[in-house]
Amino acid sequence: MIYVAAVFLPLLGAIIAGLFGRFIGDRGAQIVTCLGLGISAALAVPIFNDIALGHQTITVPVLAFIHSGTVDVSWALKFDTLTAVMMIVVTWVSFMVHVYSVGYMAHDTSIPRFMSYLSLFTFFMLMLVTADNLVQLFFGWEGVGVASYLLIGFWYERPSACAAAIKAFVVNRVGDLGFALGIFGAYFLFDSISFDAIFAAAPAKAGTVVHFFGCDWGAITIVALLLFVGAMGKSAQLGLHTWLPDAMEGPTPVSALIHAATMVTAGVFMVARMSPLFELSNTALMVVTLVGAATAFFAATVGCVQNDIKRVIAYSTCSQLGYMFFAIGVSAYQAAIFHLFTHAFFKALLFLGAGSVIHAMSDEQDIRRMGGIWRHVKLTWVLMWIGSLALAGIPFFAGFYSKDTILEAAWASGSDVGHLAFVLGVAAAFMTAFYSWRLLIMVFHGTPRADEHVMAHVHESPAVMTVPLMGLAAGAVGAGFIAKDWFVGHEQVEFWSKAISVLPQHPAMADLHHVPEWVSLAPLVCAVSGIALAYVLYSFLPSLPAAIAGRMRGLYLFLLNKWYFDELYDALFVRPAFVIGRGLWKGGDGALIDGCGPDGVAAATQVIARRVARMQSGYLYHYAFAMLIGVAAFVTWYIFNAR
Amino acid sequence: MFEIGLAHYLTVAAILFTLGVFGIFLNRKNVIIIMMSIELILLSVNLNLVTFSSFLNDLVGQVFVMFILTVAAAEAAIGLAIVVVFFRNRGTIAVEEISQLKG
Amino acid sequence: MISALIFYMFAGLLVAAGVMVISARNPVHAVLFLIVCFFNAAGLFLLLGAEFLAMVLVVVYVGAVAVLFLFVVMLLDINLVELREGFLQYLPLGALVGLILLCELVVLFGGWHFAPNVEDIVQHQVPAAAAGISNTEALGRLLYTDYAYLFQASGLVLLVAMIGSIMLTHRRREGVRKQVIAQQVARNRSSVEVRKVPTGGGI
Repeated sequence: MIYVAAVFLPLLGAIIAGLFGRFIGDRGAQIVTCLGLGISAALAVPIFNDIALGHQTITVPVLAFIHSGTVDVSWALKFDTLTAVMMIVVTWVSFMVHVYSVGYMAHDTSIPRFMSYLSLFTFFMLMLVTADNLVQLFFGWEGVGVASYLLIGFWYERPSACAAAIKAFVVNRVGDLGFALGIFGAYFLFDSISFDAIFAAAPAKAGTVVHFFGCDWGAITIVALLLFVGAMGKSAQLGLHTWLPDAMEGPTPVSALIHAATMVTAGVFMVARMSPLFELSNTALMVVTLVGAATAFFAATVGCVQNDIKRVIAYSTCSQLGYMFFAIGVSAYQAAIFHLFTHAFFKALLFLGAGSVIHAMSDEQDIRRMGGIWRHVKLTWVLMWIGSLALAGIPFFAGFYSKDTILEAAWASGSDVGHLAFVLGVAAAFMTAFYSWRLLIMVFHGTPRADEHVMAHVHESPAVMTVPLMGLAAGAVGAGFIAKDWFVGHEQVEFWSKAISVLPQHPAMADLHHVPEWVSLAPLVCAVSGIALAYVLYSFLPSLPAAIAGRMRGLYLFLLNKWYFDELYDALFVRPAFVIGRGLWKGGDGALIDGCGPDGVAAATQVIARRVARMQSGYLYHYAFAMLIGVAAFVTWYIFNAR
Repeated sequence: MFEIGLAHYLTVAAILFTLGVFGIFLNRKNVIIIMMSIELILLSVNLNLVTFSSFLNDLVGQVFVMFILTVAAAEAAIGLAIVVVFFRNRGTIAVEEISQLKG
Repeated sequence: MISALIFYMFAGLLVAAGVMVISARNPVHAVLFLIVCFFNAAGLFLLLGAEFLAMVLVVVYVGAVAVLFLFVVMLLDINLVELREGFLQYLPLGALVGLILLCELVVLFGGWHFAPNVEDIVQHQVPAAAAGISNTEALGRLLYTDYAYLFQASGLVLLVAMIGSIMLTHRRREGVRKQVIAQQVARNRSSVEVRKVPTGGGI
């Protein structure tokens, strides 16, 4: 019962707030949705207790859906450790965001719609994580995409918001295409799309080869790669990442919930869920590692020069997702999920804190126009520091345990790509610390760069906004050392039991503790030096960054413009698509179909009628001539045809 | 060639008919010429009928010619009356100018 | 032999006059050529043995219809100069179609063969020459008996044509003094007044 309730209560809240928001009013919508989420979050704890700590796996059937031949798609909720962990993350972060939104969106005109969308998103995410089969997962997958679109474009009167929403959806769609193909491939291979069936049959099909385009391909590799393409889209990995920074057009609670803690981690979850499949394909794992490492590095470089507070944090998210993926790539699924767990807390904290800052600075988002406000917003300041410390991986905070585990696992995997991932990961750690402290210093410290009017209005957020922040901060601080034994420590085998499978030839997690001393210390050293550099550049020598940017103008612009990915995609895909679309519209539809169809027929009718009308000239001799021709024709006919 | 038979008379009638038809649409300038061309056509028809009457030894052809004659005369009278009235109103009998019924 | 020559003479003149009818510049000339046509056609009728019709053609067609044409042509004030333009513009196409028609007609009529049982459909046998009945009398015998109704009807047609043409062209002129008998008859004493007029003065 609690299992079904935990998943479906947000949906109920969403429906009530969405359809009846007009009747129950703003306050009513807020209460209903927060209540639904609160109960869900509360239920997530005993679920975690039973499933994860109690080492059980439960499947709750809900509804039979499609039953056709060997295709058997049913709605069923599967609860294992992976699910239970995700449920904690999703429900708790979502609940915090719901409460926060009560305060943040207090002056908005469509509060019921917002709360309804938030709860709807949460429902879809819960369906995703409790999915029993690929199709149900895809249902949740698509649903969170839709909710993301609705929420990014929440302020739909803004053209930039609408464009960003469309961009997010379209780029996701590219990934979803890969995902769908992966599902088809999986069905083709295993004759079923249910996880249990696939995982049971997987080892037997390990060596299957498909002959395609003249080459031999491993079947499981293909399926795994296709599914990974879907994950790339959803989790904004390099190549399909362009939507994430633009998604900051949505309200800050949306960024916190969707683009930090939950939706973007759906890709990580999905790959971890499919671990039995990925383990059988070294090629796929290698690709995942490379893409993840590249993303981590790329996003960190871009985050160093961004000037919008939310963009910095967005690129940070992108980078951390890269971490999670290369952890998966070296078969350290447990470390990846652990990082997902801790990251959700401190990233949501950072985002909501940024929202608090924006709120305090009268909707200013450019960090170049902030500064020196720590005295006025002490609570937010402290909480942002906590979040940044967790992000940078300072010992004792949550991020330290998960990040270090990932980097050690990368080294311990022993493979070349693993070592490359380690190097890139450490570099990214350095840059992460750097830009996080750049943000902190530029926003809170130093001399104020905003005008007096704004500075006079700087105020702390109301309790309804700060209490969730404190809840998330507690997670950012404690989640690490509390949970590390379960996730990646001594109890991990019983904890994860069947949820994640790792083959013996991938020793990353097992050899974790045998890495050299310098490998364990490297991340910490880099983090501290990153913080130090940030202090040097932004606190002690504030004119230096501008000078450096001036000297290395090309590099600076390259980073500022996100490695010109948007421009590249625009030239490669968007413009040709528009050209083709316009061509097909004007040429194909307009000229060809309309021209030969309705318009053409109408115009032809007119032209022909006009020509025929000229026969009525009014002149007698024309009519006589016509009659003569008719007579001649008749006579000719009868001469040749009369019998 | 010298034995005048049915075909000869009929050929003459055919030529006359064609001439009458030519007269109707080759002429642009004079409505009266059109009326005269009609008379030529009627004449050719009459010739045809009388020819057949003669060669078939049947008098009914000639009776028919009588009636055609009558009708032709009546039609010529009315037609010319119309031409006169038209000329009074329009001042011209050029066929080119008569196109008020055009569509 | 002779009859063939006479036939060719009449036929040739007929055709020539026909051509001149439609191509004469002066409409009066055209009417006169039409009269020549009629005369030659009458000659052909005579050759065919329809002498009544030949005479009727001369009397009615030439004497009435052609003269009517002449009257009208001379009545209308036609500007002769502009009458000849534009003739040749449509000659090619029209001539082509007309020639096609002519050729077909000639082919048709040239190869005319009567069906074997054509004698049976003869309705009114031409009386044999030995019977002494002239063509006129034979026609009369037929017209006033079997075709009497049609004869009366054609008379009506002529009546209607007469009334019609008078109606069409009738004009009411201003200032024409006419007697109105009804007014004259309706005068009484009061419409006449006697006045004493001094000599040299007026009313």
